[in-house]
Amino acid sequence: MKSKSGLTRLHNCYILRNSKIIKEDLWIRDDRIEDPEKVFYEEQLQADITVDCGGLLIAPGFIDIQINGGWGVDFSFDSDNVEEGIRKVSKELLTHGVTSFCPTMVTSDVEKYRKILPLIKQTDGGPHGATVLGVHLEGPFINLAKKGAHMEEYIRIPEKGIQTLTEVYGSLDNVVIVTIAPELPGATQAIRELTNLGIKVALGHSTASLAQGEEAVECGANLITHLFNAMLPFHHRDPGLVGLLASSTKRQVFYGIISDGIHTHPAALRIASRTNPDGLVLVSDAVAAQGLADGNYRIGPQLVTVEGVHAYVTGTKTLCGSTSALDTCVAKLKQSLDCSMEYALEAASLHPAKALSIDHRKGKLNYGYDADFVIINPDTLKIKSTWIAGECVYKCDQF
Amino acid sequence: MYRRLIEFYKEGRISFKYVTTFNMDEYVGLPRDHPESYHYYMWNEFFKHVDIDPANAHVLDGNATDLVAECTRFEELIKQAGGVHLFIGGIGPDGHIAFNEPGSSLVSRTRVKTLAYDTLEANKRFFGNDISKVPRQALTVGVGTVMDAKEVMILITGVHKSLALAKAVEEGVNHMWTVSAFQQHPQTLFVCDEDATLELRVKTVKYFKALSDEHQKMIEDVPVEEQRVIH
Repeated sequence: MKSKSGLTRLHNCYILRNSKIIKEDLWIRDDRIEDPEKVFYEEQLQADITVDCGGLLIAPGFIDIQINGGWGVDFSFDSDNVEEGIRKVSKELLTHGVTSFCPTMVTSDVEKYRKILPLIKQTDGGPHGATVLGVHLEGPFINLAKKGAHMEEYIRIPEKGIQTLTEVYGSLDNVVIVTIAPELPGATQAIRELTNLGIKVALGHSTASLAQGEEAVECGANLITHLFNAMLPFHHRDPGLVGLLASSTKRQVFYGIISDGIHTHPAALRIASRTNPDGLVLVSDAVAAQGLADGNYRIGPQLVTVEGVHAYVTGTKTLCGSTSALDTCVAKLKQSLDCSMEYALEAASLHPAKALSIDHRKGKLNYGYDADFVIINPDTLKIKSTWIAGECVYKCDQF
Repeated sequence: MYRRLIEFYKEGRISFKYVTTFNMDEYVGLPRDHPESYHYYMWNEFFKHVDIDPANAHVLDGNATDLVAECTRFEELIKQAGGVHLFIGGIGPDGHIAFNEPGSSLVSRTRVKTLAYDTLEANKRFFGNDISKVPRQALTVGVGTVMDAKEVMILITGVHKSLALAKAVEEGVNHMWTVSAFQQHPQTLFVCDEDATLELRVKTVKYFKALSDEHQKMIEDVPVEEQRVIH
């Protein structure tokens, strides 16, 4: 089951297209999804290769916009072998159906940003690993009161807007998302400036009121970082950032959800999804411990203890990211929401693509889109193979 | 019919590898991927399911810049392919064959045809019930083009087509019911269901039923060329 270039027809399969699972062949050529009707009538060509998918389901490849590391690699801490770490994680992600991701750096000191950030380049995916879409910077411009697992001494205020940001981060060239607390002095200005640069702004680690949240959205923010976590709990007189799900602002707000079964109660998941179904973006928020056995690990400069599926700041019961990859999150989401398979899959593909404004080439199986997809068992969601740019980059041996 | 052909193909009983097809008509100016376009229909209902060579599947291009040239090209392609061996078609309730609407010349060739108001009215249900969205022209093979086929098979089902069937077989050749032209074709078979016979005389139906079994026996396993002289 290998192919690159040539006209390939994947048949005997179901595909997720236009939010529906339909019995249809998927045609690909080079790195794109092809319109077979056009090829038939205009080019009068038949498929060079035909792949029998054995009745399995083809879905768009998963896109993880918040992942701190995994398999022992911590994107925020390992500054001596950044590229090697990215390579390792991006390769391992293929086994979980993730075809694109945003390596995420948590609050760190200036030196780390200067060392690490320039080395995480946007990279096309392939057999070497998933596509690196760009870095997600979570902090340090967050609220001390909602620091979660972030290191207090590095947390800052974006006093002079983007000027402060660049003083801390250095170049923003490799950055696609910045998580910021909108209530901080200078944050509104920073949000506006980041948006102008085409960088997405996520709101999080914040005590913002709904009004502050809405102002941030008006300024261009379109994401909420791990909804419910590290923000004010929902209050009926001031619903805070959670209220953005049902706010009267016209723009679609997307919200990251860690559906590992621990970070968010299933009922809370249902509340979010029913209030704002199109905005739900599954994120793994996975830490270095993902893919590793129980024990002590690092997240940023902190120690983390993994016990089963839980990851805590060592010596406390503060959760600091999950140890579940995105494929597990899709299964958990489906279970928690009792939603359709289509919805669960799109929450990990189309929705993040929309949040990043790349839904014109990723997140769907439409004609002309990047041929990034997964072939999965529709009952168990187990991944049979992962394809990037028309090439089979991972195949499960024990399927 | 296409569903059955696909079944046969999937069972490995037939192949379309060496089959050449010509579709008889297409709307003018309708995008190829419009669900009512015959390109779309043929791709989704037939071509994509079988092993036909795309170079051998011909559908009139209703979006060609020069429609006249397109019609000439089509006739030429048919000639190059050695003519049509088997024409299979249905009819409209008004007895039209392809888009040869009532009043069409019975010696017509492939051409651009204006569509009758009745046809627009009947088809508007496919275009959001808006008659202004229904294409007013179509490309179609002519009655003469079909008459040149070695063998013709017409499928007629349902009460709404019963009058057309009666006009096709019980009355004279008439350009107002273009399907009646096949009375002068040497090898035409009408396949119909009981409903479609409702407007026929009892005598006509009984006549054809009575000789059907014997006729079937006669033509079984006989090549088309020979069938022409066994009626």
